[in-house]
Amino acid sequence: MSSISEKTAQDVERALARPSGRVTLEDFQALISPAAEPYLEQMAGLSHARTVERFGYTQQFYAPVYLSNVCSNVCTYCGFSATNQIPRKILNDQEISDELDAVKALGMDHVLFVTGEANLRVGVPYFKNAFKIARDRFSSISMEVQPMDQEAYEALIEAGLSAVLVYQETYNRETYAAHHLKGMKRDFDYRLETPDRLGRAGIKKIGLGALYGLDEWRVDTYYVAAHLRYMEQTYWKTKYSLSFPRIRPHEGEFEPKSVMTDRDLVQLICAYRLLSPEVDLSLSTREHEVFRDHAYKLGITTMSAGSKTNPGGYAVDAQTLEQFEISDERSPAEVAAMLRAGGYEVVWKDWDSTYDGFPGVGAVNRGQRIPAPV
Amino acid sequence: MNDEPLKIAGKTFESRLFVGTGKYASGAMMRDSLEASGSQLVTMAMRRVQVDGSEDNIIDYLSRERYHLLPNTSGVRDAKEAIFAAELGREALQTNWLKLEIHPDPKYLLPDPIETLKAAEELVKAGFIVLPYIHADPVLCKRLEEVGVAAVMPLGAPIGTNQGLATRRFLEIIIDQSKVPVIVDAGLGVPSHAAEAMELGADAVLVNTALATAGDPVRMSMAFRLAVQAGRIAYESGQGARQQQAVASSPLTAFLGE
Repeated sequence: MSSISEKTAQDVERALARPSGRVTLEDFQALISPAAEPYLEQMAGLSHARTVERFGYTQQFYAPVYLSNVCSNVCTYCGFSATNQIPRKILNDQEISDELDAVKALGMDHVLFVTGEANLRVGVPYFKNAFKIARDRFSSISMEVQPMDQEAYEALIEAGLSAVLVYQETYNRETYAAHHLKGMKRDFDYRLETPDRLGRAGIKKIGLGALYGLDEWRVDTYYVAAHLRYMEQTYWKTKYSLSFPRIRPHEGEFEPKSVMTDRDLVQLICAYRLLSPEVDLSLSTREHEVFRDHAYKLGITTMSAGSKTNPGGYAVDAQTLEQFEISDERSPAEVAAMLRAGGYEVVWKDWDSTYDGFPGVGAVNRGQRIPAPV
Repeated sequence: MNDEPLKIAGKTFESRLFVGTGKYASGAMMRDSLEASGSQLVTMAMRRVQVDGSEDNIIDYLSRERYHLLPNTSGVRDAKEAIFAAELGREALQTNWLKLEIHPDPKYLLPDPIETLKAAEELVKAGFIVLPYIHADPVLCKRLEEVGVAAVMPLGAPIGTNQGLATRRFLEIIIDQSKVPVIVDAGLGVPSHAAEAMELGADAVLVNTALATAGDPVRMSMAFRLAVQAGRIAYESGQGARQQQAVASSPLTAFLGE
């Protein structure tokens, strides 16, 4: 923390003067330091310009789909913690199908499957089956579930998996141990090495991040940045995305060690964009409407909308069993309209499963296939 | 050198400015920019195209009478994926024209020469009209020519960087050696870059980011249109001053008399 808090205005100005793509980790420390706070408007301007240069005036949409909230971990901050007495649910085939139909009807073409950790009942066979159901409806399928072995990822990639999001929660071992009390998630190193297993498995995209507030948020953001840099150098064919889950004060019986304010979050979004012109930056419906309506121009490239964070939440009306409370409850169409009014186009589709050798979404007549090269 | 229009795979193009369709703020803005550009050939990423008849498709904004559609395979990381993407383009857009674009590195989006050559060979055999996007590598261009591509598309600078002709020297070599049309693609950030490429003797240029992300895409498209025309006319008119210099000065041999 000391090296970040010791950064000066001069360090910040040096970082801001770097040409696009040449910002270092040292520069990043300056950009997320308190010394950068007076420069927020300038950072926002630069971040906006660099994002537009790389991504154009577009935002990608995705829909989280909770398949199961059964979880064998005990984590102090999570609604699905094993010790919480809530009704547990694992969606069956029909329920998955109904859920996906409801999501498809909202216009979505990219789903993010989310589950708790329950490897016996919700493991590779369960996911393979879920992908099979999803593949003829969605062009992209991502996952945010328990960390798995490399072989498991290879099997799922073969079955249609595009991206995996796995947040380290915090890179501070002691803090990590204090919040993960029981279950497989206690293993800090196994989780930390998950992105490497994903890279070796050849996944298209990996999502990194931390739960800001478990520890000093500035320190965790730096570790995420360092992790990103390491991954980019090592697995150079993989795309990356970053997300910004942050703990609100007074949530349940749990007080965060540090609080990331809205202003801090904007500073972080801009700092990541300056660090990496090409990383995807994702903003979920956890953030409130007003924030999202302004933040999307500051470096964000992908957003969820119309999210339901309970298993079966799209098909069934009841808002029960949620993992976290949603602050932006607007439908995808409403958020799309907001973006259009701001001069942005929504990208619903950014892949085609025919590229992976699957028959593809929709009614295209496949005709003669040419054999792939050996 | 005369004012012949551009010919690729038997098709004639009056305009030597090709344009992409990515990054635009809206379909309408894209449509208006394309119109202002005067372009007759438009590329689109098949990963973005809704092939199941969904609404608000890129294709809906593109009149097929006006534009020749060139599906591209951007997003794929190897030859296998590229071939699947090519098939999708052929079936969905009913064209065997293809811009082959394989960039496994998401940071700089530089094309993979090995996968591109591999895929180009297969696709040409399968009846595609292949226009490969590549680094400005003169040897690679000749190798691709040998497997039967319809043109080559060497980059000026990495995609979206607007840096202009960072590969100028190699573009000159390619233009000198190529028997197929040379289309300079990627990195052209301002109209003068496009004019410069045409003055070197490029047969066409492809521009996307510079138009879509301009403050006024429609006017910028008009500017690029004029620049491409100006550059081509300059090229066809010959580089007069330079020739005079070479002819007029022969100080070394003047002593020999005539």
